[in-house]
Amino acid sequence: MTEHDAGSGVPALRAERLGRRYGKVWGLRDCTLEVPVGAVAALVGPNGAGKTTLLEMIIGLLKPTEGQVSVFGETSRAGTAGTLARVGYVAQDHPLYRDFTVADMFHLGHAMNPSWDQKLAVARVDALGIPLKRKVKSMSGGQQAQVSLTMALAKRAPLLVLDEPVSSLDPVARLEFMRDVMASAADTDLTFLISSHVVSELERICDWLIILANGHVQLAGPTDGLLAAHQLLTVPRDTPGAELPGTAIHRTDSDSPSYRHSTVLVRTGADQPAARSRPGWQVDPVSFEQLVLGYLQHQSTPMTHDDPAQAAQRPRPSTKEFTR
Amino acid sequence: MFRFRLDGSSGVPPYLQLVHQVRQSLLLGYLQEGDRLPTVKDVAADLVINPNTVVKAYRQLEHEGLAGGRPGQGTFITATGSPVVPEAQAALREPLGRWLRDAEAAGLDDEAVTALIAVTRQDMRKERV
Repeated sequence: MTEHDAGSGVPALRAERLGRRYGKVWGLRDCTLEVPVGAVAALVGPNGAGKTTLLEMIIGLLKPTEGQVSVFGETSRAGTAGTLARVGYVAQDHPLYRDFTVADMFHLGHAMNPSWDQKLAVARVDALGIPLKRKVKSMSGGQQAQVSLTMALAKRAPLLVLDEPVSSLDPVARLEFMRDVMASAADTDLTFLISSHVVSELERICDWLIILANGHVQLAGPTDGLLAAHQLLTVPRDTPGAELPGTAIHRTDSDSPSYRHSTVLVRTGADQPAARSRPGWQVDPVSFEQLVLGYLQHQSTPMTHDDPAQAAQRPRPSTKEFTR
Repeated sequence: MFRFRLDGSSGVPPYLQLVHQVRQSLLLGYLQEGDRLPTVKDVAADLVINPNTVVKAYRQLEHEGLAGGRPGQGTFITATGSPVVPEAQAALREPLGRWLRDAEAAGLDDEAVTALIAVTRQDMRKERV
């Protein structure tokens, strides 16, 4: 496995102005992003942000209303065998047939996937201590998740899409599941796209981040680069937005009587890494969680400040400039 | 085999934590020239972290001349470093332990201890000038 390089070669995933409308409501709109080969990409956002809509268009379960999505350069088309073969999918509820044994599930996987790797599948459940004769309904949630992941891995698809894979698992099972995902990522050139709303668990795992809210991509790119391009400023509360460097994403005001200050998440850009500090200002690097929460709150509570210049500075929910 | 750990609350990026641990272990003599570091896969699975984080840390160590990759064999420590000799370590540890207990008794937490050491070191440097 090698560290991926954004922008070189065909990306594992590319969406261009992708949108999906449900009646009059857009579930996802104007979604433009790329995920390089070999990345472990996290897709975060609140419920209803459009995560599942995006994932279902990638795997070919849902037809886009506009734009297109391609996997390794091939456009995903809903319901076609070619699209289904390129993407492995682990759904949120790990849908397996309850009365089937593990061996039955593998038999099904073999029948449905021309590139099925039975050896890998058997070796994996063996290593996990799950007997082939065990029925799905008598397995723990963690084991069901592991069998789902095994099915997706044995399909030998170059892109694996995991929709909230650990949300139903206890902490130990979550850790064991992600441990196996990380080992697979190290072993292979697989690209992972993992959706979750548990932000804290993603930080160590992902090297690519996509933040989705209100049907729009808020931020997308390499985690390191995104963190370096943002800073957390602590400034006197009466500092006008126009005086802040870069673009203010989210501002929190403290109203303690002794110290009236604001904490502002700003995007300063990668080429302007250190925002110049002024007397009375504090400049801190931003953590993964602060970055994600800043963007999510930026959407849900627009900055209603006395300063109109600041409102004008608010970035439009477009992705173009972030997809570097 | 050398084993890494991660402190989730330290605020130091994970790849730097890995680099620091190798540097520290070289200084303390826990790692020596020729020792093999665990594979990227083993570290990624052990710590449940992105393998690219480990790749980045190993690259940094190579860049610093502390480790080198041997094709098909893994990453090995290439520097001898200048480890603190074990006798000196033991001799320094004892009064340090006493001092740390005093500091704790005086109500200093880890952060205060680190700050105090930093300030004292700065003062010493000023005196030397």
